[in-house]
Amino acid sequence: MKVIRVRRAFGAAVEGEALVSEEGFSPRYDLDRWSGLITKPGHQLEGASIVDKICFFATAKGGIAAGWAFYDLKSKRLAPRAFVFGVTNPVMVQGAIFAGIPITEGWEPAPHGVVQSGDWVRVDPGQRTIEVLRRKV
Amino acid sequence: MELTAGERAILAGERGEAARRALRYQIEVGRFWGAQRFVPVTNVHMMGDIEVMGDGGLEWLREEARLGARCVVATTTNARCMDFAHCERLGQDAAEAVKEREIIACLRRMDVVTADTCINYQTVYQPHLGEHVAWGDTGTVIYANSVFGARSNFESGPAALAAALTGRTPEYGFHLDAHRRGTFSVRLDATLCDLADWGAVGKLVGETHQDYFAVPVFHGYRRAPAADELKHLGAALASYGSMGMFHFVGVTPEAPSLEAALGGRQAAESLAIGDADIERVYRGYALGDGDARLVVFSGPQQSLLEMKRLADLFRGRRVKAGASCFVTTNSGVLAQARELGYAQALEDAGVTILQGVCFYILQNLTPMRQANGWRNMVSNSAKIVNIIGAHRFNTILRRTAECAEIACSGVLK
Repeated sequence: MKVIRVRRAFGAAVEGEALVSEEGFSPRYDLDRWSGLITKPGHQLEGASIVDKICFFATAKGGIAAGWAFYDLKSKRLAPRAFVFGVTNPVMVQGAIFAGIPITEGWEPAPHGVVQSGDWVRVDPGQRTIEVLRRKV
Repeated sequence: MELTAGERAILAGERGEAARRALRYQIEVGRFWGAQRFVPVTNVHMMGDIEVMGDGGLEWLREEARLGARCVVATTTNARCMDFAHCERLGQDAAEAVKEREIIACLRRMDVVTADTCINYQTVYQPHLGEHVAWGDTGTVIYANSVFGARSNFESGPAALAAALTGRTPEYGFHLDAHRRGTFSVRLDATLCDLADWGAVGKLVGETHQDYFAVPVFHGYRRAPAADELKHLGAALASYGSMGMFHFVGVTPEAPSLEAALGGRQAAESLAIGDADIERVYRGYALGDGDARLVVFSGPQQSLLEMKRLADLFRGRRVKAGASCFVTTNSGVLAQARELGYAQALEDAGVTILQGVCFYILQNLTPMRQANGWRNMVSNSAKIVNIIGAHRFNTILRRTAECAEIACSGVLK
C-alpha cells in the first residue's frame, strides 16, 4: 500500500479508521464538543463523528479557543486518535500537544485518491509516515 | 532547541514545577515547528474560561494553581463566556457560573490581570515595532503583527499561559523575519464605507487563502483606514484564512511600499477587490425564512467609537418587540460609554450590553438559540458570522446601520 510522507509530526504511533475531508477544520467552528459530531451546516463531513478517528483535514481554520478544545475532548473521551493536516496553524499544534494527541502537517502525496474515509491507517510521527493498512470493506 | 542557562535551570525545576512543565511543553511545540531557540516576551494575552476549557481544562488549571504557578510577565485575559450580571436572564448554567468564578480566582492567584477583553490592543497594551509578545485570540495577534509591527504567533490558552510562566516563547512563525514578508498582493479598489465592508474584504481574501503563513499585502486604497476598520479586516482575515499577519502599504510599519512589504520577492498572486465584489458578499447570504430576531454587535468587542456609533444609530428608537440585540464590550469601554451616555441610549432602545464577553463563546449558546427559537443571526462582524456555525445559526453579514435597522424594524432583506 502507498505511504504518505508528512513534513512535521508529534506524538506516538497510532492506528485507526480514517476520516478524510478536503475541507478545513476547527473544533470551535465545526464541531459539537459534547458529542464529537461535525455540526457546521454545509461542512463536507456534517454529521460525521471524529471520536477515535484519524482525521485528515486539508487546512486549519481560526481560532485560539481550539487550544483548549482538544484537551476537553480528550477528557470527555471524544478525542480523535490523530490529526493529519495538509496545512495547519500553531493553535492546532499547541492544542494537540497539550492533549497528547498525535498531529502531523504537510503530506506527499496528498491523501486524495490514496486514503478514503473508512480505511484503516497507521500514523507514525517518529517515521513521519502514514500508511493505509486495510481498505474499507 | 538551543537552551540558555536560565532555561536549563527552569527545566531543572529551579523556578518550580509549574514553570518546568510549561517549558517542557513549549519545547515540544518549538520542536514541531523547527524553532532553534526561545525569545523573551514582554506581554501575554490568554484565553481561559469554562466554555473553552471545559471541566478537563479547569482541573488542569487547579493543578497549576496548586503547583504555585505564577506569571513572570504582564498577562491579561481574553473575552470570557459569562457576564455574571446577565447569566440568569440568558439561561446560562448556575453550576458553570461557579466554575467560571473559580477560573477567574485561579488566574488572579497566578497574577493574571483578568481584563476579559479581545481588544487589548485598543484598550490595554500597544506593543512597539519588533516587540515579542505571546497573544491570543487571533484578532489580537494579527493586529499586533500587522498594525504595530510586534511579533506574535497565535498562542492558544495553554500556550499563552506557558509563556506567562516562563517569560518566553519558541521562536518560529511570525517571530522570524522570513515569515513576515508579504506573499501575495491585494489592490483595494473598493470604497469600503462600513466596518462590515472591511470584514467582507477579510472574508474574500481569507476564505480563498486558508494558510497561516500566507501574508496579504493590501495596496492602492484611496484613504487612510481607521483603527476599527483595520480591526475588522484583521479579525476576518484571521478567522476565514487563519492568517496571522497582513501588510497595508503606507499604513502598517513594515510596508512603506509594495516592494518592501513583499521583501523584494514577486507576489505569488495579485488580486483586486472592487465594490461589486463586496456587494456580492452581502448577496451571498441565504436569509432562510427571514427571521430577524437576533442582531449581534460582537466579535471583536466594541471600541468606544463603535459604541458611540451604535448609540447614534439606536438613540430614540426601539428594538422590535420579540427581537434581541446584543452588544459586547469590555469593562473599561463600558464605564466610559456609561459616562458619555452611549450605554444609556442603547439600553433605552432595548439593546443588551454584555461586559467582558464575546457572543460566540457564551456558555450555553446552543440551548439559548433553541430556547429563543433563533434561526438567523445578523451581525456587522464578518468574523462572528463565520465562527458561530457550530451552534447551527444561519448567519448574515450586514452593514452597521442596516443591522440597527433590522433590529428595530424586524425586517431582514
